[in-house]
Amino acid sequence: MKDKAITARSLTKFYGDLLAVDHIDFSIQKGEIFGFLGPNGAGKTTTIRMLTGLLQPDEGEATILGIDIVHSSIMAKRLMGVVPEVCNVYVDLSAWNNLMLMGKLYSVPARERKKRSKELLEKFGLSERKDEKTRRFSRGMKQRLILAMSLVHRPSILFLDEPTSGLDVQSSRMIRQIIAELKREGCTVFLTTHNIQEANLMCDRVAIINQGKIVATDTPEKLKSTIQKTQSVEVVFDNPPSRTDWLKNIPEVDELQQLGDKFRLYTSDTDVVIHRLAEYSKKNNLHFVSLNTLGPSLEDVFVKFTQNAEVPL
Amino acid sequence: MTKTPHFSAWLSSLRSSLIIAEKNARIYYAKPPVLIFGVLFPLFLFLAFALGREIPAQVLVPGLVAMTLFFTSSSVGPLITPWERNARTYERLLTTPLSLPSLLLGDILAGLVFGITISVVPLFLGFIFFRTGIVHPLVLAVDMFLGSLCFACLGVLLSSPATEAPSQVMMLSALVRFPLIFISGIFIPLGELPVWGRVIAPISPLTYAADLVKYSLYGRSFYPPPLNFAGLALFSLGFFIIAVKLHKRSLVKGLL
Repeated sequence: MKDKAITARSLTKFYGDLLAVDHIDFSIQKGEIFGFLGPNGAGKTTTIRMLTGLLQPDEGEATILGIDIVHSSIMAKRLMGVVPEVCNVYVDLSAWNNLMLMGKLYSVPARERKKRSKELLEKFGLSERKDEKTRRFSRGMKQRLILAMSLVHRPSILFLDEPTSGLDVQSSRMIRQIIAELKREGCTVFLTTHNIQEANLMCDRVAIINQGKIVATDTPEKLKSTIQKTQSVEVVFDNPPSRTDWLKNIPEVDELQQLGDKFRLYTSDTDVVIHRLAEYSKKNNLHFVSLNTLGPSLEDVFVKFTQNAEVPL
Repeated sequence: MTKTPHFSAWLSSLRSSLIIAEKNARIYYAKPPVLIFGVLFPLFLFLAFALGREIPAQVLVPGLVAMTLFFTSSSVGPLITPWERNARTYERLLTTPLSLPSLLLGDILAGLVFGITISVVPLFLGFIFFRTGIVHPLVLAVDMFLGSLCFACLGVLLSSPATEAPSQVMMLSALVRFPLIFISGIFIPLGELPVWGRVIAPISPLTYAADLVKYSLYGRSFYPPPLNFAGLALFSLGFFIIAVKLHKRSLVKGLL
């Protein structure tokens, strides 16, 4: 129990007759980045709201570093930083005053508050505009400030609900880098995202939720290994063939997809398919620009588990 | 001396409310709906009532002071929650280590300070133009505090519907506040109201505040001052308890 940052036991939430979250169980180790994936309306935000003390579960319980979030919510909230899915900074206040406000609410002593705010503004590239009202900040700058505001009190656990959704590449990359840094510093991160590639690269473990139920929880690699059948070969020719019948007609190819200038051939035997491609290109004087074998992606796993909630692990 | 855990928690809660009140003062005091509904509206209403009529200062000055206290104190609260919902800052605020009653108390304190500060102006105007003295300064001070607290609680209660449109709440607040003026002895002294008026006057908290202003400035009141104080205190408590319950209920609805 001591090494657990977050535990959820039979956590359940109804909205009227609608069962939004259905008796979910999981635990997250200290220092782990835990991804929470699911389609829209699957129960991700409701779960995060219960874990952060915003909503009371109808059944079950959740703890934050051993503290019950329902019965000792103020104490538990002090340990966490939260970036809700839909949130904003106070546009009538400067970046500095936004940080000061959060620091005060988390009872950070004045000297530490100022020192920490300076550090964060520097880290998030906002120092030069710290005294400006945030009304004129771009979406990316606001999102960086929101993340900075959640870190003023050096939380042990950080909840991020779609932190990079709709952001420019630079801001998204900066946020991902900072999350990785937080992990190195020992912070536990609970992350919901639609960006499966992001979850694949960043998370130690992911859980997939569908229709209020957790349908899979494991490391990204182990989850991918559950659907090994969906291997593929991706090939790009220097002079794309006008007819693709011959690719489709390779006996070992189960499915062919054309993605821009790439051909993706799904197969259970990549070795044979590569040999056949090599033979054919030699005979027809075609040259490879690239040839890759691909395992199943986390996206494939996600699609598999969210298409059919009853699939057992 | 060591502090008990309960006292510490209470102190921490009060501290959080003060931080919220400071934030509200910085952001909301200068918002147009607060200035229009809280300052300009009562002023014009009062001028429409007073100009061109022979109204004794004993009615005019206490009426203006009480009405200003009522409108200003109750104008900040209705704006804050819907504005924060609309600006997407509300959910973030609720995730901080702050209880809902502390948050609402912060909103109330912002209304209270705004109300008392602005209400000092008509008091000075009365002193300058009508030579109005203060017969019971302590009663006036407590009345200003309790009255402002009560009206600020009403303002926060009015902000409880789960809407993110400040205009809807401001409309509701106007709908509730205006009728109260006409039954509270502001324009017509309580003693001169028809019987039905005197029967329904006690359901308005403004009645007690206005009566106390009259007592403070001229030494005369319709109800005994302790009854007026009790009325304001009970209404404040009632408004606050109902506000916490309704905000708790609308919190879930507002997040869906």
